[in-house]
Amino acid sequence: MSNQLAQADHTPADTGAAATTPNVGHGGAHNVELPAAHGDQVIVPIQHGPGGAESLFPPFDVSAFPSHLFWIAISFGLLYFFVNRLIIPQVGGIIEDRRDRVASDLGEASRLTRETNEVIALYEKELADARQKAYAIAQERRDALKAEQDRQQAETEAQLASRIGEAEAQIAKRRDAALADVDGIASEAAGAIVLQLSGLTVDQATINAAVKRHQEA
Amino acid sequence: MATKEGGGLDPIHQFEVKSLIDIQVGGLDLSFTNVALFMMVTTLAVIALMVLPTSRRALVPGRWQNVAEMCYEFSGNMLRDSAGAAGMRFFPLVFSLFMFILIANMIGMFPYFYTVTSQLIITVAFAMIVFLTVIIAGIRMHGMSFFKLFVPSGVPGYILPLVSLIEVISFLSRPISHSVRLFANMLAGHITLKVFAAFVVSLSALGAIGVVGAMLTLLMTIAITALEFLVAALQAYVFAILTCIYLNDAIHPHH
Repeated sequence: MSNQLAQADHTPADTGAAATTPNVGHGGAHNVELPAAHGDQVIVPIQHGPGGAESLFPPFDVSAFPSHLFWIAISFGLLYFFVNRLIIPQVGGIIEDRRDRVASDLGEASRLTRETNEVIALYEKELADARQKAYAIAQERRDALKAEQDRQQAETEAQLASRIGEAEAQIAKRRDAALADVDGIASEAAGAIVLQLSGLTVDQATINAAVKRHQEA
Repeated sequence: MATKEGGGLDPIHQFEVKSLIDIQVGGLDLSFTNVALFMMVTTLAVIALMVLPTSRRALVPGRWQNVAEMCYEFSGNMLRDSAGAAGMRFFPLVFSLFMFILIANMIGMFPYFYTVTSQLIITVAFAMIVFLTVIIAGIRMHGMSFFKLFVPSGVPGYILPLVSLIEVISFLSRPISHSVRLFANMLAGHITLKVFAAFVVSLSALGAIGVVGAMLTLLMTIAITALEFLVAALQAYVFAILTCIYLNDAIHPHH
């Protein structure tokens, strides 16, 4: 405070400007009755008296208020008008456009991602199908080959079995024939032996019966 | 800020109102003063700042378009956060107030430029615009139930008259604190700045020791200048956020 007071003392030259008309008020007329009247209160000498035009301190200079209010109304009114008519549509429009654009780009991106995922899923499904099909074909082929092999094997075995059977039948027949021959040879040999030993000629039927009896014993 | 004429070291001199074009209408003095000039400059600066960089409507903003969009979205978010989506109908008012005060404060930081927000009547005018908007919009939107603003719910009946009285007083004193806060901050800041700057001059006239002192004071002046830039932006923000909070009362009077 005190140094402001001290500086206020430097200002007497300013009072020279007080020659301007008093009703305009906001001339240099504000230092006329400076320190003495207000002591330390240099900064806020509010004057409520009827002669507001004499205010020391410009912010409280009531005589300038009409002008200030008038020009606030004009300047702020102008600003408000331009904000409403020009700035908000323009800047707001830009921001809106950008938001829409970003939203649509994001939507597009998510759509593409979804499509990609669908394609991937389709691809994997087809891959799995193909693999299964390949397995099925292989399995079928394997089964067919096995069946063919089994069939051939069975056929071959059947052939072999029938040939073995034939061969066995032949062997049995030959053996029977041979055995039948053995009986004849045995009867002839017995007749010859009887003839040689006793000189008797024995009836062929008797010899056969004896041989047979002998064999069965 | 140091004027070279008669009141060179007078910290009040910077607030002097000078008539540039005398206009008298029916006994009223509506002169175009330096204050009016800087208000018009402020308006034009805001319009230029917002319109010129955005005229290309670039999808990817340049530096200045970014500034304009930041101002726009900053005030929009401020309003939406405190008054909700319904508050966005007052966006033109809040945006105009915020930008006008911000730019006026910033213009005031230039030496020799007038700080229009250091005129009490101007901040009072803005505060009254907000105050009347709150009352008119509140009554329009809610009718008489707007006055439930002064009757907080959940308060016991026997102290309700007292609480309502306090609410009414606090409501009526809003425009005072709203306007004086901005006015006093800008006024005091510029006076402080001027006093320190004047010290630099008067100390350096005292010889060698004085020059050392003057250098310290100069550093102080620089620091205070930086602080004043902060205050200039902060007070514009404070004024705007209080506007949003008051408007919220008009929109949602039941709290």
